Amino acid sequence: MSDHESTYVPKTGIEKWLDTRLPIIRFGADYMSLPTPRNLNYWWTFGGILALCLVIQIATGVILAMHYVPNTEMAFASVERIMRDVNGGDLIRYTHANGASMFFIAVYLHMLRGLYYGSYKAPREMIWIVGCLIFFLMIATAFLGYVLPWGQMSYWGAEVITNLIGAIPVVGEPVLIWLRGGPAIDNATLNRFFSLHYLLPFVIAGCVVLHLWALHAAGQNNPVGILIPKDRQAKDTVPFHPYFTVKDGFAIILFLMLFALFVFFMPNALGHADNYIPANPLVTPAHIVPEWYMLPFYAILRAIPDKFGGVMAMFGAIGVLFVLPWLDTSKVRSMRYRPTMRTFFILFVIVGLILGWCGAQLPDAPVIGTFKTFTLIDGDLNSYLWLTRFATAYYFAFFLIIMPLVGLRETPRTIPATISEPVLSGGDAEMKG
Amino acid sequence: MTLQTNIRAMKKTLVLIAAAAGLTFAAQPALAAGEAHALRNGGFSFEGPFGSFDRNQLQRGYKVYREVCASCHSMDLMHFRTLAEPGGPFFDSHQASPAENRWVKALAKEVQIADIDTETGEPVMRDGTAADRFPNPYPNATAAAAANGGAAPPDLSVMAKARHGGANYIYSLLTGYAAVPQGLQIRPGQHYNMYMAGDLTPFMPEGAHVPPGGFIAMPAPLTAGQVTYDDDTVASVDQMAKDVAAYIAWASDPRQVQRKQTGVGVLIFLFIFAGITYLSYRRIWKGVAH
Repeated sequence: MSDHESTYVPKTGIEKWLDTRLPIIRFGADYMSLPTPRNLNYWWTFGGILALCLVIQIATGVILAMHYVPNTEMAFASVERIMRDVNGGDLIRYTHANGASMFFIAVYLHMLRGLYYGSYKAPREMIWIVGCLIFFLMIATAFLGYVLPWGQMSYWGAEVITNLIGAIPVVGEPVLIWLRGGPAIDNATLNRFFSLHYLLPFVIAGCVVLHLWALHAAGQNNPVGILIPKDRQAKDTVPFHPYFTVKDGFAIILFLMLFALFVFFMPNALGHADNYIPANPLVTPAHIVPEWYMLPFYAILRAIPDKFGGVMAMFGAIGVLFVLPWLDTSKVRSMRYRPTMRTFFILFVIVGLILGWCGAQLPDAPVIGTFKTFTLIDGDLNSYLWLTRFATAYYFAFFLIIMPLVGLRETPRTIPATISEPVLSGGDAEMKG
Repeated sequence: MTLQTNIRAMKKTLVLIAAAAGLTFAAQPALAAGEAHALRNGGFSFEGPFGSFDRNQLQRGYKVYREVCASCHSMDLMHFRTLAEPGGPFFDSHQASPAENRWVKALAKEVQIADIDTETGEPVMRDGTAADRFPNPYPNATAAAAANGGAAPPDLSVMAKARHGGANYIYSLLTGYAAVPQGLQIRPGQHYNMYMAGDLTPFMPEGAHVPPGGFIAMPAPLTAGQVTYDDDTVASVDQMAKDVAAYIAWASDPRQVQRKQTGVGVLIFLFIFAGITYLSYRRIWKGVAH
């Protein structure tokens, strides 16, 4: 934590020399001995998992960039060539493609953990905000990367998403042309997308440093959600290493098993078959869908009848996360002690999954059976259009109405005075896992 | 931490894995209207985590491709040498390299490749080599479209990855040329196929039952006995369709079987590593309440 005293003692001459000039070994040593709340559960392992995801994406990405050709005539074939003629190229490319999905699985769970345990509340607002920024950059990077293989979904996904910019009044059109590098998506677009796709991961890496810096300044949250008093430091914390290196390590290996399952046995299961058809600006796919991790936001976009309104709602769905620390009026961090809020939270997770499901369906398709009910404004009530709208309404209500109101009106359960209390009395089992 | 809570942690991880598996289904898009026919199952040997290609089937499938499909369909991403890669139809454990494979060299020699004379720069045709790409039957996409009623026959290099259902889809499509349903208004140059994507509602009389499938420009490509197999397999339409589907599935991802085999090793390694790490975890946290 912030007031963590350095216990590192340089031993060799080189270490002493370095310690007065660039105390980088001290930095690492202090990191490893960081007092960490001993009650962190497995939901806290996703930070380490995400760091690994970023490293995997950058490492595989750098190698892919050595073989990839950012040219509309050659991009598709160059990606296939990587998988056929480059040594281990199929593994590198499939790891990178599935790595994006794994990255998003981990980031969603990481964010939900923060949401459940109130990790965004004072004094940790900056950790959360930087985290939201990382999430936004991840979405941008993933979108740019999906365009690079230059398949049908790459091209038409880029078409749909860049067109959103064009929906902005007055400045939309010129900004759209500026982004695409011309009036249509073409070679100039592919080249700049490749350039930005290579740049953004390093911006993410920079933000990760800020994220960790903020984390170490404010200290880690924990499942009980209370700040650890100074006199309890020794009792309630353990050094990060070896206690959490081994716990994170175990979780990382389980995560890698899931990762390997996709890469080795079903590498295309999370993708779309149409992206193995080379991009053709003259043939629109029957059904344009983004990758699964964008589906909830895509659903929100389509829920609003007005195009610009849809764009605002989609960006708003991410934007609202940034101000979350000021929307939550409760003084209690952990939802373990907020039974009412916990019910709304579980509902929120379900609604998020429903939004994702809706994003992959045709808006006019009926949800239940094949029958029609009655037309409400512009669509049948028994359609994905309306299910999406109800889910979107809940998504925003959760942050803008439920969070401020429940915080003011609920009666939280008694919060333990120390994190050892529930640990030692065993009253901690419920979210412990 | 007690053993019980750890078991609960494990259960949660399993739930996560199950949820991720659920994603796989969520990622599949909705079926378009009229596309309701379940695909035929080719019973392919390469399906499943331990499945591998049947070499004889791949060789038969290559013959069907070369003698039937290749007259209209390109396979631009394929080189002759790829046929001799480990796991490929003509791999020979004694070959110095895939490009030195004697069968592949012979097969490549059977095709003519457009090239230039290295002395004069004049266009010439020469025998193929193992390093050559499969020749494209048309000089360019426009020519391919012009020769085929306005739509170029799609390249088959990654066809099994480019269609839902993969090899089963190709097998179904090739055997899916049924009698034209009563009342279907079929356009000239089009053919009815019960597995083709599409919606036939506009082409059926008002109120009639709409058959599954759609229109396809390719006429039924296979006729019984069209190819003479070298291994005495009877060349029925069903057999040829199955064989060429397997061959295209291999060509779409030539390393898939080796990758699965590597994957089994990787998972065994990770499983053992997880066990050791878990034991270390138990030992380190022994006596530490948390």
